[in-house]
Amino acid sequence: MTLLDVENLHVYYGQIHALKGITLHVDPGEIVTLIGANGAGKSTTLKTISGLLRPREGRITLSGQDLAALPAHEVVAKGVVQVPEGRRIFGQLTVHENLSMGAYTRTERDGIDGDLERIFTLFPRLKERRAQVAGTLSGGEQQMLAIGRALMSQPKVLLLDEPSMGLAPVLVEQIFETITGINQLGTTVLLVEQNAYMALQIAQRGYVLQTGEIALSGSAKDLQANVEVRKAYLGG
Amino acid sequence: MEPAAKTARGVWRSVVQTGALWGAGAIFLALVGLVEAVSHRQIVAGVLSLAYALLLLAGLGAGTQVSRRWAGRAAWQRIVGGALAGALVGVAVELLVVIGRSVNLRIMLINASPPLYEILSFGRGLGGVPLMMLAQTGAGAIGAAAPLLPPWFRRPVIAGLSMAFVIGLFQDLVQLMLQSGVRAGLRSLLFTGDGLALHGAVLLFVFAAGLSVLRARYRAPAGRWAVGLPPQRRRVLRWITMGAVVAAILILPWVAGLFISQVLVLVGLYTLMGLGLNLEVGFAGLLDLGFVAFFAIGAYTVGLLTTTGPLAVAHLAWWTVVPIATVVSLIAGVFFGLPILRIRGDYLAIATLGFGEIIRLLVLSDFLRPWLGGSQGVLGIPRPVLVGLEFRGPQQLIYLTVVASALVAFVAARLRDSRLGRAWMAVREDEDVAEALGINTVNVKLLAYGIGGAFAGVSGAIFAVMLGSVFPHSFNVLISINVLALIIVGGMGSLPGVMVGSLALVGLPELLREFSDFRFLVYGAVLIVMMQLRPEGLWPTAVARRELHDGAQAPAVPGHAVELAGAKEGDG
Repeated sequence: MTLLDVENLHVYYGQIHALKGITLHVDPGEIVTLIGANGAGKSTTLKTISGLLRPREGRITLSGQDLAALPAHEVVAKGVVQVPEGRRIFGQLTVHENLSMGAYTRTERDGIDGDLERIFTLFPRLKERRAQVAGTLSGGEQQMLAIGRALMSQPKVLLLDEPSMGLAPVLVEQIFETITGINQLGTTVLLVEQNAYMALQIAQRGYVLQTGEIALSGSAKDLQANVEVRKAYLGG
Repeated sequence: MEPAAKTARGVWRSVVQTGALWGAGAIFLALVGLVEAVSHRQIVAGVLSLAYALLLLAGLGAGTQVSRRWAGRAAWQRIVGGALAGALVGVAVELLVVIGRSVNLRIMLINASPPLYEILSFGRGLGGVPLMMLAQTGAGAIGAAAPLLPPWFRRPVIAGLSMAFVIGLFQDLVQLMLQSGVRAGLRSLLFTGDGLALHGAVLLFVFAAGLSVLRARYRAPAGRWAVGLPPQRRRVLRWITMGAVVAAILILPWVAGLFISQVLVLVGLYTLMGLGLNLEVGFAGLLDLGFVAFFAIGAYTVGLLTTTGPLAVAHLAWWTVVPIATVVSLIAGVFFGLPILRIRGDYLAIATLGFGEIIRLLVLSDFLRPWLGGSQGVLGIPRPVLVGLEFRGPQQLIYLTVVASALVAFVAARLRDSRLGRAWMAVREDEDVAEALGINTVNVKLLAYGIGGAFAGVSGAIFAVMLGSVFPHSFNVLISINVLALIIVGGMGSLPGVMVGSLALVGLPELLREFSDFRFLVYGAVLIVMMQLRPEGLWPTAVARRELHDGAQAPAVPGHAVELAGAKEGDG
């Protein structure tokens, strides 16, 4: 039984046909990655799933419920939340305030406090800096904060858009470890990455996007072994 | 050798630059006619007129600036530098006199008149030229010496001088306040026929300086004493303070007199509007240049529903209509928000500008004349009456505006700290992320427009009874811009800032009314200087202060600056 199901998705930016019939699915508990070159439509796919863009055609369902017609804030309430590209934390607020904003859709005080503690165990660094202004965090810490903020809404599916972007290699590794950790705690992950090598290491399955279409799909192992993928995205 | 020569040249350059700049400022004020216009205004009767005060302020400012720039140098160097800069201001001003006497500048500069030259040379013809230079040199030296003085001495002196200057500047108003009984005695003590007497100025100086000394001496101990009190006593103390504030507000209009009460009512109305616009711009980040529309809607609703004139719809009491006006403005705000929901940034500013104009043109139009009165407006709006007390004039209306402002400020504060307030904050910081966090940005934005509009509607409701009539021309775009300017000057997003801002931008120009058009010159200059020196506003929120004054700590654009930091630190 699939958790997130995307069928024949067509998205346009004005006249530009950005997604030309994307079909993919994510099973419960999986990490699935979308890889591909710049402009292939990876981020567009994520934004459409999370309701920030409207598809002209196609279906998006979560456990059978239609998402495509819902506005973004209701998609969040259904349990699909996106960590936007470039982190985009609230730079003037403290770490703690940022995390509280993440729980905006929820009202039960106890549950929120419990989740806050869970996130602080996941990211001890954020606990140390909970009263610090978020804009003064390092890039890696900001990415952790952005992920933590998204987790505060208790998502079923976490959509990650380029979490490794602009980070030092040692931090990239750490972020990917964290993603695996979050997944093991029961959150399903759909991961968009340019760093295909790292993404395929932690994912179970992957889709390769090319100019708005799915060029290839399969298990992460198969994709890693695929000659064309190796040539195009893994450096030979 | 080389670097020494370089610094020496740098030193000269900074003196020349500063002197020339302030000199140019003084010449500008003279040529726009301000100096001549204020020359009859005595700050201290027979001793100092406002014109000379302004001119000498240029020398003083130049001296202080040089002295500040040379903070590391010896005292005598700073004073000499300041004096030189002051002298330069004097040279610049007197150059105008010398040139103006030989060449007819009036062809282009209509204010370059002989009386102006007389003022600039102390009425002594060319003989006054060195005198003015000397005076400016002295002013420069004094200005340069000021930062050298120890604070315990400097603060009382500045406090005393400011007090004497302000009382001298507003002497008409002050004299109006001191009309009878003991107050009349005080008046004859301080003032002569022409203005503040010299001994009066000295008395005021001593009084303010003394207060400043006492404050420096006892402020910290008093604070410690208050904190040290047991909670119960502290609560009593707080009640006493609040009681004193209420009592002060109650007697204020009767002490201040009619004119100042009128000004304060206006300040109150702008505070109300400011609180509303602050909710849109400061909290939710939605720029709005058509805010006057809600003010107009509030005023017209009250006008039409209470008037005894020919346009009467219903003869309701003002108290009944205020809630109606509030709701009507709220609904208008929501409708106003609908078409512009998807517009952001600069485009939003233009779109909202249009809305304000639409409302003004609608109430002015011949088409709606049978209902709204067209350019004739709505007349005959009765004053509100509360248990036999009629709110006749500004001295009564002041209570109404104070109560309304306090109420609205309370609501705004509660909203800011609510769930909705947090949602506004998120929309302001990053609308896409707000949406992605599950915030219904449509509702949240419409609520900001609606509630903001409702606040302005309350303001309009009081405005209508203040004038007793409502005219379309009262609702021009300048009001929208004024309200926006006052919340920026006060401090974006800050509630006390709104009040401070409207005192500064509405109250001051009203008090300076006698200087007619020049007050807008002052107004503009104040805005520019403010944005240079204190971009966060007079009473900023903690967040804004953090952002603008610890620049190194909190980069304004988190994404860019921190990416580098992250790569550099690398320790995650």
